[in-house]
Amino acid sequence: MPPRLELRNITKSYPGIIANDDISMSIMPGEIHAVLGENGAGKSTLMKIIYGAAQADSGEIFCDGKPIAAHTPATSRALGIEMVYQHFALFESVTVVENIALAVSSSFDLDTLARQITELSNRYGMPIDPYRRVHDLSVGERQRVEIVRCLLQAPKLLILDEPTSVLTPQAVVKLFETLRQLAAEGCSIVYISHKLDEVQELCDTATVLRNGKVTGTARPKESTSAQLARLMVGAELPEMHVSPSVPSDKPVIEVRGLTAPARDKYGVELKNVSFEVRGGEIVGLAGVSGNGQAELISLLSGERTHANALSIQIGGKAAAHLNASERRKLGMAFVPEERLGRGAVPPHALWQNAVLTAHRSGLVRNGLVDRKQANSFAAKIIERFKVKANGPQSSAQSLSGGNLQKFIVGREIALEPKLFLVAQPTWGVDVGAAAFIRQTLVDLSRSGAAVLVISEELDELFEICDRLLVICQGQVSPPLIRTKTNREEIGLLMTRVDRGNGTNGRGEVAIQD
Amino acid sequence: MDLFIAIFTGTIIAATPLIFAALGELVVEKSGVLNLGIEGMMLMGAAFAFWAIVAGLPMPVAILAGALAGAAASLLFGVLALTFLTNQYAAGLALAIFGSGVSAFLGRNFGSAPIDALKKIYIPYLSDIPVIGPMLFRFDPMVYFAIIMFFVISWFLYRTKGGLVLRTIGESPETAHAIGYPVIRIRYLAVLFGGLMAGLAGAYLSVAYTPLWVENMTAGKGWISLALVVFATWRPLRVLLGAWLFGGMTILQLQGQALGIAVPSELLSALPYLATIVVLVIISQNRQMLALHFPASLAKPFRPAT
Repeated sequence: MPPRLELRNITKSYPGIIANDDISMSIMPGEIHAVLGENGAGKSTLMKIIYGAAQADSGEIFCDGKPIAAHTPATSRALGIEMVYQHFALFESVTVVENIALAVSSSFDLDTLARQITELSNRYGMPIDPYRRVHDLSVGERQRVEIVRCLLQAPKLLILDEPTSVLTPQAVVKLFETLRQLAAEGCSIVYISHKLDEVQELCDTATVLRNGKVTGTARPKESTSAQLARLMVGAELPEMHVSPSVPSDKPVIEVRGLTAPARDKYGVELKNVSFEVRGGEIVGLAGVSGNGQAELISLLSGERTHANALSIQIGGKAAAHLNASERRKLGMAFVPEERLGRGAVPPHALWQNAVLTAHRSGLVRNGLVDRKQANSFAAKIIERFKVKANGPQSSAQSLSGGNLQKFIVGREIALEPKLFLVAQPTWGVDVGAAAFIRQTLVDLSRSGAAVLVISEELDELFEICDRLLVICQGQVSPPLIRTKTNREEIGLLMTRVDRGNGTNGRGEVAIQD
Repeated sequence: MDLFIAIFTGTIIAATPLIFAALGELVVEKSGVLNLGIEGMMLMGAAFAFWAIVAGLPMPVAILAGALAGAAASLLFGVLALTFLTNQYAAGLALAIFGSGVSAFLGRNFGSAPIDALKKIYIPYLSDIPVIGPMLFRFDPMVYFAIIMFFVISWFLYRTKGGLVLRTIGESPETAHAIGYPVIRIRYLAVLFGGLMAGLAGAYLSVAYTPLWVENMTAGKGWISLALVVFATWRPLRVLLGAWLFGGMTILQLQGQALGIAVPSELLSALPYLATIVVLVIISQNRQMLALHFPASLAKPFRPAT
């Protein structure tokens, strides 16, 4: 039997960089094949070539033994190759069902399609309202849309790029069941992930890339994490150092009885949210996306203000009525969830992006930007946070996700904040950069800053946080001590449904504490 | 009552060229392309339609000639903006100036004689109803066609897959390309459609509205159409209402001049432009609605990735 997909000597170069260098691999029908590699290793380029969104300079691709000629995304889809992009290929101004209708070639019957979406998404434990606008969805919800869109096509080869990073542990189990079932039905799966334990649990084979080259193939189930990591990084992964925290006496940020309406009809109302973060500790906010995180983040960062000034206090000062700039003056720094567009201006150079938030640190003189200062400020961040970039002049959008995130986190940390808010710090970031960013957050907190991490990745929160909060339907749970709780308890709180004193007794008890 | 009927029908007629041109531009802009050259395309349409009449061709052929002239002019813009990725503002402005020049050149031979205007049709029975008959059922066919085009375009944009594809290309051509839609080809079609509609608008001016040839006879209606689309926040119904508002103000100020209101006529003539823009500015204040309807990639050149 010919392989479902075979790559022979694929080479692709962009100006100044060879993204893929002589890559060959093959995937059999029904095989779950992992592609492992750090960001910048060439995974995304390779996936684009497989999907036809980019053309290789040389090399051949065979599908079921036949070479693919004139390769475009349309020919891929005709061959049954579907892809969930890392940066989602969704249109924000139209609804979920319209987005999906664009990718399926059947007749334009939105009502029938909406029913199929509801049915399919519920079956796979990823409920999604087909009539919502993508604009109003969180990153996690958008990913569900992407996955459902692919599954509707009954694909022969499914490419998934870091699909589990926003799912609850329970949903990951369900997704894996789905993927295994798909594979059993003969669908081949290319699974890109930086979570080695997941790859080991799910995948039959793995191709490891580094600097655009294949550094090895492995059978993940028979390899250790350390072996895989070494192939990927080329060196041992750094160990996380989490020293015990020494929280300050007074909280740096204190939220008391914060209640706010939803930002729009698809948002979530915040109900009586109270918590505090002290200097020297990291508090994590867990929760499935779309449970009020967006509202809470915008209220904390100052993008949205609140009439009751005392409901948020920073350093003992009433702050809920202050805008983002005024809060930054109180020592707050903020890294938003969306790197491109909110964390950084994509076409602008790194030094220009540095000026955006660091303009108070001597980069602006008499109202004029001091380019020399700004350049050296950006250059220092690049050096200190090991950002792989072509200097301060390179544009934000030219960096890989992990490197841009390192730059943005570095930019904010260089401001020496007393309070650090960060949303999804390692979303779509490779394992090496993620470990680095997490260690940076730990170090920042241990130097006395209060750090609040909003993340949908439980592993991450368990790795670095001292205390955990769970947000569900606009309510925030009382804090849980990391060492005294476990994934199951958090998972239950994340999916707690308001049913009075009904089925989820455990979650209710924790909330009433 | 007769005055009211006159103002009402005058409004509808004065709005007709704007409806054609603005709805055409709406489709172009929804695809993410900004064609500033409506004025030029309208003038081309007006000149060619008038030329056809002068040459003795029948009325439908003349109107078709106007539409095709507008489309040909838009093709010029399309090649510059879509194939050669010229700056869309510059290409559009060039088209406006080019159309004005070419139409003036053609018009030198037209003379100043009026032609037989497009005939009004009295719809049997309906046009005999008192008040409503003369108000609604005694227009020339182009007036009805403009209204039909409003419904067709609204339906196309919001009820068909083609319209969905067009709107999403206007939001993110990169994404549309990534899922396999021929972005450039679809944008060409949108630009051609916009040219066709602008040509119709021009033809209506020279063979129906004022069946005369006057140099630069569009008198800024192309620019107003452009403003209508923006201030109508890219929504067809608001474009239609805005066009009627402009038409109404045009007729009212003419009546005002006729009645000898003690305001300089130049100021009165400016009134429709001013009133239309003020009203549209006020209704476009809702920023969320604006964000949802604005074609995010408007005027940004797109080259498919390789």
